[in-house]
Amino acid sequence: MQPSDTLDTILPLRPRRPESLLQVLRDIQEIHNHIPAGIDLAVADALDVPLARVRGVIGFYSFLSSEPQGRYRLLFSDNITDRMLGNQDLLQTLCGKLWLEPGKLSEDGLVSVDTTSCTGMCDQGPAMLANGRAITRLSHHRINEIAELVRSQTPVADWPVEFFRVDDQIRQSGPLLDCGPMAGEALEAALDRSPDGVIEQLNLSGLRGRGGAGFPTGRKWAACKEASADTRYVVCNADEGEPGTFKDRVLLTRHADLLFEGMTVCGLTVGAKLGFLYLRGEYRYLLEPLQQLLDKRRQAGLLGVNIRGQAGADFDIVIHLGAGAYVCGEESALIESLEGKRGIPRNRPPFPVTHGYLQKPTVVNNVETFCAAALVTLHGGDWFKGHGTAQSTGSKLLSVSGDCARPGIYEYPFGITVRQVLTDCGAANTLAVQVGGPSGTCIGPHEFDRRLCFEDLATAGAFMIFDDTRDMFEVAHNFTDFFAHESCGFCTPCRVGTSMLKGIMAKVAAGHGTRHELDEVEQLDKVLQQSAHCGLGHTACNPTLDMLKRFRPAFERRLKSLNFQPDFDLDGALARARAMTGRDDAGAHLRTEEA
Amino acid sequence: MSENTFNLDGSPVPFEPGQTVLQAALAADRYIPHLCYHPEFKPHGSCKVCTVKVGGRTAASCTFPAQAGLIIESNTEEMNALRRTLVQMLFAEGNHFCPSCEKSGNCLLQALGYDLGVTTAGFRHMFPDRPVDASHPDLWIDFNRCILCELCVRASCEVDGKCVFALSGRGITKNLVVNSPSGLLGDTDISPDDKAAHVCPVGAILPKRVGFAVPIGERRFDLSPISAQALADAPRSQTPAQPCSSCEGSE
Repeated sequence: MQPSDTLDTILPLRPRRPESLLQVLRDIQEIHNHIPAGIDLAVADALDVPLARVRGVIGFYSFLSSEPQGRYRLLFSDNITDRMLGNQDLLQTLCGKLWLEPGKLSEDGLVSVDTTSCTGMCDQGPAMLANGRAITRLSHHRINEIAELVRSQTPVADWPVEFFRVDDQIRQSGPLLDCGPMAGEALEAALDRSPDGVIEQLNLSGLRGRGGAGFPTGRKWAACKEASADTRYVVCNADEGEPGTFKDRVLLTRHADLLFEGMTVCGLTVGAKLGFLYLRGEYRYLLEPLQQLLDKRRQAGLLGVNIRGQAGADFDIVIHLGAGAYVCGEESALIESLEGKRGIPRNRPPFPVTHGYLQKPTVVNNVETFCAAALVTLHGGDWFKGHGTAQSTGSKLLSVSGDCARPGIYEYPFGITVRQVLTDCGAANTLAVQVGGPSGTCIGPHEFDRRLCFEDLATAGAFMIFDDTRDMFEVAHNFTDFFAHESCGFCTPCRVGTSMLKGIMAKVAAGHGTRHELDEVEQLDKVLQQSAHCGLGHTACNPTLDMLKRFRPAFERRLKSLNFQPDFDLDGALARARAMTGRDDAGAHLRTEEA
Repeated sequence: MSENTFNLDGSPVPFEPGQTVLQAALAADRYIPHLCYHPEFKPHGSCKVCTVKVGGRTAASCTFPAQAGLIIESNTEEMNALRRTLVQMLFAEGNHFCPSCEKSGNCLLQALGYDLGVTTAGFRHMFPDRPVDASHPDLWIDFNRCILCELCVRASCEVDGKCVFALSGRGITKNLVVNSPSGLLGDTDISPDDKAAHVCPVGAILPKRVGFAVPIGERRFDLSPISAQALADAPRSQTPAQPCSSCEGSE
């Protein structure tokens, strides 16, 4: 398609409002693999936003690019679990076969190879995105095949189906995963119970948000319902970006009907007519199946106007795709992104329940929370309370990956011990478990009797296992790089601090670390915790803090000396002078190592 | 303590409903160090220099709503140490060569650095590669000095109604962009009379053909420190300018 024709195809399918900006740019990126010059101006005109803002949005999201990325853009998932499965070696191999450098477009403009943040395939990695499509189980064999397919210019759509196979890998199920297809049962119950009745059951159930923060769901819905406004919205946060988390992917694959039921119950309860599913860009392959399911539900009278034949029971759901930005998992940044803007977390208060999407009262809940809310509506709060602990009722899905025999999805009642999970998944000689992803907590063996629940170790579901062959410095290094890459850049401490932490970890990894770096890490951690704008900045120092607290020798043994050492290589700086003078004897070198 | 009063460093500060802690403090002639806050615009809280301790937890005072009975610590060694580090970070992130900068002596970043006692670099400087935009006949932008406070973005949208500036990139690559197809200031409709042309707290947006008209040593912050002058700044209006509907802001 010619760039000039692109907008004629895309624009009629989207509302001509500034809120459509991100979706329109995604559409263009998908067709051309970048946003061609000139189209940005046409988009700015069509949606009535300043051109600089269009460019600002392109610059913010990882998957959008104003520079050509080639007809094949191959992005290796770069979570620590991918690294443990050998992704770096595979990346180098592929670059070698295609004659290119990582991060750079090949000279013929055909292909680029780079890394991206965790793509949510940790239990079946190493993984990559090929023009946005998820590929799992990369091996040297598969890399060879991919190199051949690129060289023969075979369209990604014609690559072997097996490449794109994504397994659910459910290892242990409970009340949520055992739930059968849902075709209006929870909706029926919601209409019978009335809005106040639904909220009463939610309050009774003790259900708390599954995204990590654990805010009581009943209270959130009630606050939105009671906020004075003419319009309300429901938003499902399916921007599952925390490295090591993939349970929402499985729920969206197997239990999307339950999710949509939960969102619809929420809409009818709080009085919202429209809901959004914010689907992370990495799960682009789920878009068509989800849209088909929405159509099916509309035809069955479970969505749309007069749901279940009840006059005034109107609710519909629109899917909004993300474009590669972890920070959009923060609820107010997610709303900014839904509005087509850069995903910058808002100042709070006011909170989304009163000032959310387009400043209207908005419920934002996680995928798993809406699923649980549908079950509470159907079975009642007392039934739900039958699982879990006093403060953490119900069950929790865990995404288990790393060093274990059976990675995949495990559903447990809240309160399960870390040790039990390790036993069930076949982990041996475990050195550490990262609970809740990089922003969570890294615990060592003396803490394996701790329990997964809001009272003890709160988690959104990531559970990454490291055995005693792993270097915990490498783990913290990977996570530190991740936060620097994903910082939105709004506030000084996070923008500069995460980047400095990244630099320090690189210096230590290169063997130039000293006591000074240790002090700097501690200073930066403190500044981030004291002054960062949002949770990303507050938790960006957790990996280094946890490592220094629990695995300090992993850091200290890399330190070269306890005195300051410059990052600058004095002898290396003389290389050019040596080349110019043709001297390379011992006298032309500075003594860099003490004899 | 009367109803609409909070406690700042041991003495009471009155406030009007709707004011933030920083707004109320400044209105009561109490100084809290700040940088990206400007009395004529809605606070957005990005630089974090105005961070204070509220009941033991830290918060940016420019966006934190004033409430009766708050106990706020600002002028403590802990908070000033944090501010020193943040100022060092802003210096390290860009390329700031004060001795050759036309803004020296009038620069808020430099003045804060002196006033807070920033005597060392603190961090390895990043030395980013940021070209200068001299395309406009009357104005020029030295991106090396930009501290990403968004004051020009806010001024251009909210006061001038032109939206000449926006932000792009993210994390450490976040950068100021200009609203023209070429990306150059000379191709925009900015005028030297615009608010956006004067609001820059550092030397990033400057008028052309003005150089050292006032000698160094006799400029604003050469005469007395910023803490002694901030209260004399522009009128601290309670009603911010109109937010621009097509622009983001941390609403």
